Amino acid sequence: MNTSISQTRDLAYVALFAALIAALGLIPAIPLPFIPAPITAQTLGVMLAGAILGSRRGALAVLVFLALVAIGLPLLPGGRGGLAVFAGPTAGFLFGWPVGAFVVGALMERFWDRVDFILATFFSIVGGVFVIYFFGIAWLIAVVGVAPLAALTGSLAFIPGDLIKAVVCASVAMTVKRAYPLIAQSRA
Amino acid sequence: MLGIYHDARSPVHRLPAGAKILVLIVGAALILSESDWSRLAIAGVSVASAFALARIPAGVAVAQIRPALWILGAIFLFHALIGEWRLGALITVRFVIVLALASLVTLTTRVSDMMAAIERALGPLRPLGVKPATVALCLSMAIRFVPVLSNEAAAVREAQRARGLERSLTALASPLILRALRMADSVAEALHARGYDPEGLEPSTTDEPPKGAQRPASD
Repeated sequence: MNTSISQTRDLAYVALFAALIAALGLIPAIPLPFIPAPITAQTLGVMLAGAILGSRRGALAVLVFLALVAIGLPLLPGGRGGLAVFAGPTAGFLFGWPVGAFVVGALMERFWDRVDFILATFFSIVGGVFVIYFFGIAWLIAVVGVAPLAALTGSLAFIPGDLIKAVVCASVAMTVKRAYPLIAQSRA
Repeated sequence: MLGIYHDARSPVHRLPAGAKILVLIVGAALILSESDWSRLAIAGVSVASAFALARIPAGVAVAQIRPALWILGAIFLFHALIGEWRLGALITVRFVIVLALASLVTLTTRVSDMMAAIERALGPLRPLGVKPATVALCLSMAIRFVPVLSNEAAAVREAQRARGLERSLTALASPLILRALRMADSVAEALHARGYDPEGLEPSTTDEPPKGAQRPASD
């Protein structure tokens, strides 16, 4: 009956969240004490896409964002963009983003009725850190040809920042869940 | 919003976007699996001449590859340390050539032409339920809202700074997301009110942006 408006709404959520991931990447990096790599909010946007929109819409939002980067918009931190970032040594992390968002979303959907801050943090770490690093490190080893040990240790510097982002993602997702329970709406 | 595109009149600029992307995919696959130094040299010289033909200034070209250089440098250094400097050099050179080729495609192709190429490439996937016109609409809506949400992010950050919360990502992200979701609702209603039907015929949306995406919906 009103499937047409709900499909249109899904389209708008996907488009606006893709724009949000871009906007989060454009704000200057926040320097934090004890963290070697500066934190950019962009991967926070990737985790949030899954945690708030759910698996399918979340992954689509990330894909739309990556498409904007691919067609030549400088939306990655430091104004990077274009096709070159998908052929570069760290492209695996980008390919892991939509999968990571999907996994965070799928876990949130599965445990929606009893998800709390702790569970949401755990889900954000599984999808937003483990999955993304798996793709990133696999690409470094298989395509770039980096030795496995070097690929692992080289990526470790970014883990603390991403763990903080998973905590932030969980806290934001819990706030938004109360005000805007999108995953519950789509399941109903 | 400015793209990475570098405007110039050249034969490379005039090539269709789809053709350039095809050359890039085939070229990248060949170069990344090439271990012969003389063939890599030919590839490198060809890409460099293509840059010259496209009239891309050297500074613009180098700026595109620079962000990846420190990682490639680290990879080379690591291989040199374990006595595999030849392999390290091979990996580094391959990636520099592929990155240059990919940058050339982006530098010489307008964002709108890339989008049209994506829409055409998705055409054959229609039987699988992919709707190229809907994808194009989604992309143009997202592009339209990047500056809107970027301004919102700056405004929220400014407000949180006044409260001493400028280092809190939570204090930035929560209000920003709630605003984005409300905007999405207004956009969806505006599209719906104007008779947009996601199940309807697939009209071409690349020529004129949809009415709902023309202006940001107010809160």
